[in-house]
Amino acid sequence: MEPIKVLTANIDKPNSTSIDTYIEGGGYETARAALGMKWEDIIQIVKDSELRGRGGAGFPTGMKWSFVPRNAPRPTYLLCNADEAEPGTFKDRVIIEKDPHLLIEGMIIAAYAIGSNPMAYIYIRGEFHYGATVLVKALEEARAKGFLGKDIFGSGWDFDITVHRGAGAYICGEETGLIESVEGHRGQPRVKPPFPAVVGVFGGPTVVQNVETLACVPFILKNGAEWFKSFGTPKNTGPKLYCVSGKVKKPGVYEFPMGITLKELIYDHCGGITGDKKLKAVIPGGASAPMLLPEEIDLPLNFDAVMKAGSMLGSAGIIVLDETVCIVDAVWRLSKFFAHESCGQCTPCREGTNWMESILDRIERGEGRQQDADLLLDMADNIGGKSLCALGDAAIGPVISSVKKFRDEYLHHVTHKSCLPGTKRYRRLDMPVGAH
Amino acid sequence: MADLHPDNPYAKERFPDPQKTVEFPEEARKRFEHILTRYPTREAALIPTLHLCQELWGWISPEIVHYVSGLLDLSPANVFGVVSFYDMFDQKPVGKYRLRVCTNLSCMVSNAYDIYEHLCDRLQVNPHETTKDGLYTVLEVECLGSCGTAPVVQVNNDYHENMSVERMDALLEKLK
Repeated sequence: MEPIKVLTANIDKPNSTSIDTYIEGGGYETARAALGMKWEDIIQIVKDSELRGRGGAGFPTGMKWSFVPRNAPRPTYLLCNADEAEPGTFKDRVIIEKDPHLLIEGMIIAAYAIGSNPMAYIYIRGEFHYGATVLVKALEEARAKGFLGKDIFGSGWDFDITVHRGAGAYICGEETGLIESVEGHRGQPRVKPPFPAVVGVFGGPTVVQNVETLACVPFILKNGAEWFKSFGTPKNTGPKLYCVSGKVKKPGVYEFPMGITLKELIYDHCGGITGDKKLKAVIPGGASAPMLLPEEIDLPLNFDAVMKAGSMLGSAGIIVLDETVCIVDAVWRLSKFFAHESCGQCTPCREGTNWMESILDRIERGEGRQQDADLLLDMADNIGGKSLCALGDAAIGPVISSVKKFRDEYLHHVTHKSCLPGTKRYRRLDMPVGAH
Repeated sequence: MADLHPDNPYAKERFPDPQKTVEFPEEARKRFEHILTRYPTREAALIPTLHLCQELWGWISPEIVHYVSGLLDLSPANVFGVVSFYDMFDQKPVGKYRLRVCTNLSCMVSNAYDIYEHLCDRLQVNPHETTKDGLYTVLEVECLGSCGTAPVVQVNNDYHENMSVERMDALLEKLK
C-alpha cells in the first residue's frame, strides 16, 4: 500500500500555517458552500461517508451529530478535543501546528451542521504552547477575512472559536472530563447518561470531536461520501494518520488509507526495527491498547480488525518494542502513567492503578512473589468496568495482555531476581521518586 | 485567617500572607477582561486566568488563589482544588527554567531516563526540586505528545526533540 496525502497534503508547503497558502489550495470554499446547504444534508453526507471518530472510540461521527436535539432549551456547543496526551500519539499535533486552517474549516462545517451557538472551543493540552500560538494566529487571520466572527461568509450566521488551554491532565481528553475542564472545574468525568449530546458543557447539547475527525470533514463535503469510502474497507473508511514510535528506524506520522497492515507499516514504511533486532511486542493504539505479539501483526489497522485481534486501534499510536526491552519495566512505566493520571474519583481506578504500579515496580526490583502475576490479573478484574470512565479499563490493557503473553518473563523476574538475559532496564532503581 | 494548628506543615505554604497583596497590572487586567468575554460563565475563565497568573508571577501562590477566587466569585477551596488537580500549575516557586523530561514509554526506550538522571546528577537536585541558584527545576513528566522525535525535553514552553545527554548538556550551557 502506498502512502497518501489527503490530511497531510498541506503540511510540507512553505508557510503551511498561513491562510493565504490554505486559500490557494481551495481552502474555505467548502465551508462557504456548506453554509448554503441544509444541515440535514450535511449530516447525511457525513453519515454516508461512514466516518468514525479518530480520537480512540471510533464512534460514527454522523450518528453523533444526529443525536443533538434541535431547539434544546440551552445553546448547543462544539468542542474540539486537542488534548492529545495518549502515550504514543502525536498526529493531531501535526494538523494543529502545520495546517490549523483545515481544523478551523472542519469546525465551521461541523458547528453549522449541529446548530451550534456562536462560540466553539478548541481544548488544546497545556503543553502544546506552540500549537496554541499557531491556532490563535490562524483564528485571527480567519476573523480578518470574515470567515469567523459576525455574519461569516455573508451567510448571516455568527460563529467564532476560542482556544482553551488545558493544564496538564490526561483525563481531560475524556469527553466529559474535557467538558468539566472547559467549565473551569477539576477534570473529573461525569456519570453518563445524560450523554453530552443531550447535556454537555454549560448544560447544553455538546459534540466533542477529535482534531483528525474534524479535519476529515471538509474533504468529505468537497469530494463526496463515495470518494471518502474509496479509502479503506466498509465501516472503516477514510484516510488515517498513524503515529509510529519506539524501536523503529523511521518513527513518525504516516498517512494511509485505513487498513494498512501493521506488519507492512513497520517493516516496509518505517524501515523495520532499530538495529535490525527482533520484534518483541507492539502496542497498536496508544498506551491503553493491549499488546500484540510479533506473530499477530499481520493485521489490518482498522477499528474492527484490531478489536477482533483482542486489542484496539484507539488513537493509532503504535509503539514498537524490540527484544531488548524488559516487558515488566515497560508495563511498569505505563502503569505509572495511569496511576498518575487517574483523576481519583472512582476507588477501583484510583487505588488499583497505584497498586498495580507498586507491584510491577516490586517485580522489576526482584522483590516480586510467585503469585504476583495472578494478583495483577485479579486486580485488573477488579478495576475493569468498575469506574465511571474508560481510564480504568485503559490501565489494565497493557497489564493483562503482558501477563498473559509474557508470563515467563514475569516469573523469571521473581525466580532469578533480575531481568531476562538480553533485556534492558532503562532506569536506575536508586532514584528518589519525585513528588507529583 | 482561621487559626492553624502549629504543627500543620502546610500552614505557611497553604495560607495567604495578609501582608502580601497581588493585583493584575493594567495590561494583564485587560487580558483578564478579554478572557471573561469568551465564556458564558465566570467560572469557565478560571483555567485561562490561572495560566495568566502563572505567566506573570511564575507560580500560583496562596495569595494568588485568594485573589483569583475574589475575581471570579469562587471559593478559595474551589480554586485551590483546580490548581492542585492540574500538573502545570506550580504550587511552589520554581526555577527560571522548568526542565520537563518526558519518560513515558516511547521516550523511555529512547533513553530518556539517562537524560533525566544526568540532569539530577549534574545539577545536584532530587527530582522535582529546584537548584540552589534558582535557575533550574527538573521534572519528570508524562507523555508530551512528541513520541516520534523521542526523547523530548520541554524547557518552559519550548519543545526540544531528539535529545541526548550531550545535546542536553549543550542546551544547559545556553540556559543561564
